Amino acid sequence: MNEFVYLKDVVTLRLDQEKCVGCGICVTVCPHAVLRPVDGGRKIGGSLEAGRKVEIGDRDACMECGACSRNCPVKAVTVSTGVGCAAAVINSFFGRKNASCCCTIEPNGTSGDEVECSSGTDRPACC
Amino acid sequence: MPRISPFLSRADRWGSYKARWGIDRMNYRVDPGLYAVGNPDDKAPVLVTANYKMTFDRLREALPGRNAWILVLDTRGINVWCAAGKGTFGTDELVSRIESSGLSRIVSHRELTLPQLAGPGVAAHLIKKASGFKVIYGPIRATDLPAFLDAGCKAAPDMRLKTFKAWERSVLIPVELVGALKIALVVMPPVFVIDAFWRAGGSLFVGLSHGLWSVLAILTAIVAGAVLAPLLLPWLPGRAFSFKGLVIGAAAALVFAILRQIAAGWPDRLQVAAWFLLIPAFSAYLAMNFTGSSTYTSLSGVRREMRRAVPLQIGAGILGLGLWLGSHLL
Repeated sequence: MNEFVYLKDVVTLRLDQEKCVGCGICVTVCPHAVLRPVDGGRKIGGSLEAGRKVEIGDRDACMECGACSRNCPVKAVTVSTGVGCAAAVINSFFGRKNASCCCTIEPNGTSGDEVECSSGTDRPACC
Repeated sequence: MPRISPFLSRADRWGSYKARWGIDRMNYRVDPGLYAVGNPDDKAPVLVTANYKMTFDRLREALPGRNAWILVLDTRGINVWCAAGKGTFGTDELVSRIESSGLSRIVSHRELTLPQLAGPGVAAHLIKKASGFKVIYGPIRATDLPAFLDAGCKAAPDMRLKTFKAWERSVLIPVELVGALKIALVVMPPVFVIDAFWRAGGSLFVGLSHGLWSVLAILTAIVAGAVLAPLLLPWLPGRAFSFKGLVIGAAAALVFAILRQIAAGWPDRLQVAAWFLLIPAFSAYLAMNFTGSSTYTSLSGVRREMRRAVPLQIGAGILGLGLWLGSHLL
């Protein structure tokens, strides 16, 4: 999987281990296995072993999709989410919302809500 | 209740193919609501998906011989992951679709299987609170669903990892190509006309030949940035997509110059210098735009990459254009 790692030391993923209740949902939803049980503990029955919290493994593999923060029931994981799409950044720079890419990026958003969409577009994975 | 087949027709495959080329892609949809595959009873699993028809087809073709309910959300014709990123495949839509479909009267259990990539839009704990249904995140790929269901809704570790293999990248190339050619169609006619009639020095044949070489140069940049960069992504040096595009663009410019040398003799130095600026710059731009199609780039990373790359692309573009115009005056 580490065939693909993007830029170093740039992602906004944060974990407050004090708050973590060890439910393991973030481990489940992360598409790049960035979050993992502490000590590499095995998942049992959909949740972590009692008392076992999660930790951030390979931070640079995070793509800021926000699945972890969206699903964390205690807000222990936070990340400034957005679509890593250059066309969307260009569109937002020009204030376009209906341009060639369906994604635009709203300033100052911190949840998935900042990515706004319109139809009439071109991009495959970015939309 | 519509009952649907787990087998795709020729029209379905043709529709997918057209969508891959960006043809009528934003209107390739199915109606939201509940569908049946096979003969599902009140204990059959409920699989939730998006209303992009290509997505819907990928799901149903993974289910031959199975009985299941499919709950299609209104994602405005967008695939699961992107819709989740925008929030249309989201908590509110799922809760209201559970309600409007009457799902709780149709199934006796209270579990929903969602694709893992719905995670950015759906808060599992809030679904439970609002509807009583427990969200189970299934595998990323629909093709893993049978194994997942047979294992009692347990995903093997590799089912949870989003890959970006050569074939996954190559199916995205047509849309990249269409996007790049749209730019090229605007740029190429004036380039061709300027070359063919200004540079000519009297000879129509020489002029046309110059024009065709310039058009070929633009196509070279497109092949490098929109085809080769996606295909060779893991093997191109660097992490930033624009850098990868720059490298392959420079290589392509070299090949272009050599071909031109063989076929038509070495053109003037100014023009060679111009193409060595313009081809890598355009290729870098196109490769940078592939970040939106990739499966692992973060917005923070893309912004950092663009802060450095875009000014360089613009600078190289202006300088290259100046040299190219200048080469016509000498």
